[in-house]
Amino acid sequence: MPKDHGIGASPKRREDVRFLTGVGNYTDDINLNGQAYVHFLRSDVAHGKINGIDSTAAAAMPGVVRIFTGADFEGVGSIPCGWQVTDKHGQPMQEPAHPVLAQGKVRHVGDPIAAVVANTPEQARDAAEAIEVDMEELPAVIDMKAAVQEGATKVHDDLTSNLCYDWGFVEENKGAVDEAFSNAAHVTTLELVNNRLVANPMEPRVAVGDYARHNGESTLYTTSQNPHVIRLLMGAFVLGIPEHKLRVVAPDVGGGFGTKIFHYAEEAFCTFAAKAINRPVKWTSSRSEAFISDAHGRDHVTKIELALDADNNFTALRTETYANMGAYLSTFAPSVPTWLHGTLMAGNYKTPLIYVNVKAVFTNTVPVDAYRGAGRPEATYQLERVVDKAARELGVDPIALRRQNFITEFPYATPVAVEYDTGDYNATMDKLSEIADLSGFAARRAESEKNGKLRGLGVNCYIEACGIAPSNLVGQLGARAGLYESATVRVNATGGLVVMTGSHSHGQGHETSFPQVIAEMIGIDESMVEIVHGDTANTPMGMGTYGSRSLAVGGSAMVRATEKIINKARKIAAHLMEASEADIELKDGAFSVAGTDKSVAWGDVCLAAYVPHNYPLEDIEPGLEETAFYDPANFTYPSGAYCCEVEVDPDTGKVTIESFAAADDFGNIVNPMIVSGQVHGGIAQGIGQALLEGAVYDENGQLLSASYMDYAMPRADDVPFYSVDHSCVTPCTHNPLGVKGCGEAGAIGSPPAVVNAVVDALQSAGKDVTHIDMPLSPSRVWAAMNG
Amino acid sequence: MYNFEFVKPSTVAEAVSALGEEDAQALGGGQTLLPTMKQRLASPSKLVSLSGIADMKGVSADGGVLTIGGGTTHGTVAAEAGAYPALADLASHIGDPAVRNRGTIGGSLANNDPSACYPSAALASGATIVTNTREIAADDYFQGMFTTALNEGEIITAVKFPIPQAANYQKFLQPASRFALVGVFVAKYADGVRVAVTGASEEGVFRWSEAEEALNKEFRPDALMDLKVAPANMIGDLHGTKEYRAHLVGVMTKRAVTAAG
Ligand SMILES: Cc1cc2nc3c(=O)[nH]c(=O)nc-3n(C[C@H](O)[C@H](O)[C@H](O)COP(=O)(O)OP(=O)(O)OC[C@H]3O[C@@H](n4cnc5c(N)ncnc54)[C@H](O)[C@@H]3O)c2cc1C
Repeated sequence: MPKDHGIGASPKRREDVRFLTGVGNYTDDINLNGQAYVHFLRSDVAHGKINGIDSTAAAAMPGVVRIFTGADFEGVGSIPCGWQVTDKHGQPMQEPAHPVLAQGKVRHVGDPIAAVVANTPEQARDAAEAIEVDMEELPAVIDMKAAVQEGATKVHDDLTSNLCYDWGFVEENKGAVDEAFSNAAHVTTLELVNNRLVANPMEPRVAVGDYARHNGESTLYTTSQNPHVIRLLMGAFVLGIPEHKLRVVAPDVGGGFGTKIFHYAEEAFCTFAAKAINRPVKWTSSRSEAFISDAHGRDHVTKIELALDADNNFTALRTETYANMGAYLSTFAPSVPTWLHGTLMAGNYKTPLIYVNVKAVFTNTVPVDAYRGAGRPEATYQLERVVDKAARELGVDPIALRRQNFITEFPYATPVAVEYDTGDYNATMDKLSEIADLSGFAARRAESEKNGKLRGLGVNCYIEACGIAPSNLVGQLGARAGLYESATVRVNATGGLVVMTGSHSHGQGHETSFPQVIAEMIGIDESMVEIVHGDTANTPMGMGTYGSRSLAVGGSAMVRATEKIINKARKIAAHLMEASEADIELKDGAFSVAGTDKSVAWGDVCLAAYVPHNYPLEDIEPGLEETAFYDPANFTYPSGAYCCEVEVDPDTGKVTIESFAAADDFGNIVNPMIVSGQVHGGIAQGIGQALLEGAVYDENGQLLSASYMDYAMPRADDVPFYSVDHSCVTPCTHNPLGVKGCGEAGAIGSPPAVVNAVVDALQSAGKDVTHIDMPLSPSRVWAAMNG
Repeated sequence: MYNFEFVKPSTVAEAVSALGEEDAQALGGGQTLLPTMKQRLASPSKLVSLSGIADMKGVSADGGVLTIGGGTTHGTVAAEAGAYPALADLASHIGDPAVRNRGTIGGSLANNDPSACYPSAALASGATIVTNTREIAADDYFQGMFTTALNEGEIITAVKFPIPQAANYQKFLQPASRFALVGVFVAKYADGVRVAVTGASEEGVFRWSEAEEALNKEFRPDALMDLKVAPANMIGDLHGTKEYRAHLVGVMTKRAVTAAG
C-alpha cells in the first residue's frame, strides 16, 4: 500500500491549484503605484565602440521620464562574479568588469547601451528607437579556438587575451596520466561539442525596483531562484546598499533551470533607477530579449581520450575542453566547467588516473553559466560517449564494459577530489535492464526493420554531485559564498507551523514536499504546515535553489530546526504531564509518557508555549520558534542508468524516440510523484539538447536561432512516455533525511543515451558513423549517414 | 507594435476603398501580420480586417471545382473541404489550433512565405486566385519568396481548386517552426500530374517539371528513381543544407505519390 501521508506519500502539489487557476503571483503580476517602465536599447552588433550617444530627441518624446546611459553608472560597481578559479599556474582567472550599462564598448548582441524610463512600456520603446548611437563596429570573436590564437581581437582590451583561465586538474597527476596512455593497450579518442542552449523558462525575467523615501529602503522584486544571493551581490558589490536597507523578493517563479540564479544588470538598473527618479521602475523581458540577455548554458568543445589495458580495464582518462564564457563572467560561470565538471570525470568508474584541462574563453556572445546540471551533463556526456565508443571499437558489449569498470566499494575517493559516500551502480543497471526490457530489443529491432526503420539502443550511466555544497570546501575551490541553507520553523499557538526557508521553489513543489517531512516528524497532517520562501524580509539568509540542493540542504536545515522544536516541546510536555523528559515519546501528533496512558496533544503543548501559565519558565523560554543553518558535510551523489531506444528514418535522417527508461538512485524519496515529475522534465530537456536545441551564432556574432522559429524546444510529441524507477535506494550517509537530490539527473543522464542509441542504429545498418554532434537534427543525421 | 487605426468592413467594396489609403493593409487572421507588427517590423497606419466580410468565407464544391473564400480559416478548410481530402489534410497540419482558427487561405497565399503549405497546393492544383479585380492562374501568381502577382490593395476573395483524381501533400517539418522544411504536393488530373514544392527553394514554391514528366508516364514512386533536383538554388540554413533539402524533395515526392495511390 502506498503511503497517503508523510514521507513516501504522493499528495498532489498544493501550489498547482493556484498556478493552474491563474492566481499565481509572479513578478510581472506586481504593479506598484506610480510605476514607470524601462526599455533597454540593446546592441545589435556583437562588438563595437560607442563613439557617442545622442538622446536629445528621444528625451523630448512623450512620456519619457529619464534616459540613462553608461555615464550614469560611473562609480557604480561592476556586476560581480561569485567564483574565482585559479589556473594551472596558480594564477587567478582574468576577470573583466561588467558594467550595468555599456561603458564605451558593446561586447555581444543584446548588451544594453541605454535605458529609457517612461510612463508606459510603449513610450519607453518608442523613445529608445529615437536614440542615436554612433557605433563603430569592431571585428567579433565567436569561435573559441580562434579567440585564443595569438593576435585575435580581444573582447576586453584591458585583459592580456581572451583566455579567462587555463585550468589543470589534477595538475600533479598529469605526468602519470600521460604515462598511462603510453602504456595503454587501447586508446579511444573522441572530439565532440556540447551544444550551447538557451534555458527558456516559461516565465521570462522581470524586475521591479522600488525605493521608499521615508526609510531609505530599496526593494527589488525579481524572478530569482535565490533572492538572498541577489541581495548580497547587488547590495554589496554593485549599488552599495547595506542588507538592512535592501529587500529582495522573488515571488512565484515560473521556471529557472539555472538561468535565474545569476545577478543581472537589469535588476541593478531597476533598483538604481527607482531611487534616481523616485518612482518604481519595472522591466519585463520579451521572449526575444530573453534569447540575447539570459545567460546561456553548456557550449563546450572537448577532446576526450580513454586508455584501457589488455583486459579492458580503464587505466586513465584525459580531456581537453574549451568552455565558452561569453562576453562577461556571469555569477557562477567559472565554476561550471571546472569544479562542477572536472570533479565528475570519474563517473561511475574506478579509472585510477584522470587529468582534465579546461580553457575558459571570452567571446562576443551572451554570457554562459549554469543550466540544469551545470558541468555535470558536460562531464557525463563526454565520458559516456567515449566509453560507448570504446566498447564498439573493442567489439565488447557496452553494458558489460561499464559493469566491469564500475566502482563497487563505498565510500570511494576518486582521483578527482571527491568522495562518493554511497551508490550501487550494478543495482540501477539491473533495474534498467528490467524496466527497459533490454532482452526484448532484438525483436523490437526486427519489427522496426520490417517498417523500413533503423532501431538503436543506447545505454549510459551517470553520477552527479549535488546537494551543493560544503562551504569550507567550496571556499577553498574559489567560491565567494557559503553554500549552507537555512530554515526558521515557527509554531503558532494553536499548533500550526510556518517554515521560512532559504530554498526557493521555481517549479519543484517545495510547498508540498517540505510539509510532508514535518508531518512525518511530528505526526500531524501536512495541511498544518505552510512554507514561506522568496522574500529576504521574512526568511533567514539562505542560498536558494539550484544544484539539486533544496531537500538535501534546505530540507536538512528544516529538519534540524524542527528537531529543536520537538526537543523543546518535549520539555514542555514533560512539565505538563509531570514526567521525566526522557520518558516522553512523540507519536501521531501527541506526546505520551512511555508505559502509561498519559498523553498531551501537540496543539496543547504549543498553546502552553504561548500561554505559559503552567510552564517551566525557569528552564526554558516561552514560545516555539527555532532557526537552523545546515552546512552539508559532503556533496550527495545520485546515480543511475538510462536507456533510450530510437528509430531512424534512413531516407530522411529523422530520429524518433521510441522509449526512454531511467533507473535512478536518489537515496530516500519524500514524494515519489514529484520525483518522477522532476525526472520527466529533466529527460525532456536532455532529449531537447540531444535532438533539437542549439543556440547558433554566425561568424559576425548574430544569434541565428534567436526565436522559436529557429530554436527548437521539445514538444509533447517529441518525447515518449517515460519509464522511470527510483526504487534502488542507497541513502545518503551524511544528511538527516538520507536524500540525494533529483532535480538535474534527467538532464544529466539523458543526452548520451540518445546519441548512443542513434550511433547504434546507424552502425547496426552498416554505416561507418562513430559520432554525430548534438543536436541530432535530421539534416545532421542524414549527412552523417551519407558522408 | 506601433499605433494604428482599425476598420472592419462588411463588404469587399468597402474593404477595397479602405485599402486605398496610404499605408493601409489588409488583415486576414493576423497570424503572420500581427507577430510582425509586434516585432515592429511592419507599421501599417490602418488595418482593414477582412474577417467581417461574409462573402469571403466558406467552402463549396461544384462541377469538379472546390471554391474556398479568401477569408476562410485553415480550421474551416480542414473540416469542410472533404471534396478535396489532400487539401483538407494540408490545412489540418498548419500550425496549431489557435493558428488554424484564425489564419486564412487568403492571408497565406498573399504572404507567400517560402515555407508555407498552401502555395504548394495552389500551384500543384493549377488553382485560380480570384481577387476583387481579376482571376490569376497559380502559374502566374507565385513570383518568388514573399512575392506575388497581387497589386497594392488587391484582395484575394476566393481560390478555385480543380479537384484532382488523386493527390497528397507530404510535409517534412522544420523542427523549430514546424513550417515545411520541405513540402511536396502531388496532384494527378486527367490531363496530367502536377508537382509543387515548398520550403526548399530560394525562389519560393516551384513546380518540379522533371518529376511531372516522369509521373505522367507512370504514376509510381519508382518513376522518380533517377530524378534529383539541383542543390544550387535550394535554401541552406541551420535546419538543413542545400543538399539535404534537394534530397528531401525526392523523398517527399515519392512518399506523396505512394500515398496518393
Ligand atoms: C505558430 C504559427 C505556426 C504556423 N505554421 C504554419 C505552417 O505550418 N504552415 C503554413 O503554411 N503556415 C503556417 N503559419 C502561418 C499561418 O498559416 C498564417 O495564417 C498565414 O501565413 C497568414 O494568414 P493570415 O490570415 O493570418 O494573414 P495575416 O497575417 O492577417 O496577413 C498576412 C499578409 O497577407 C495579407 N492578406 C491577408 N489576407 C489577405 C487577403 N484576403 N487578400 C490579400 N491580402 C491579404 C496581409 O495584408 C498581410 O500582408 C503559422 C503561423 C504561426 C503563428
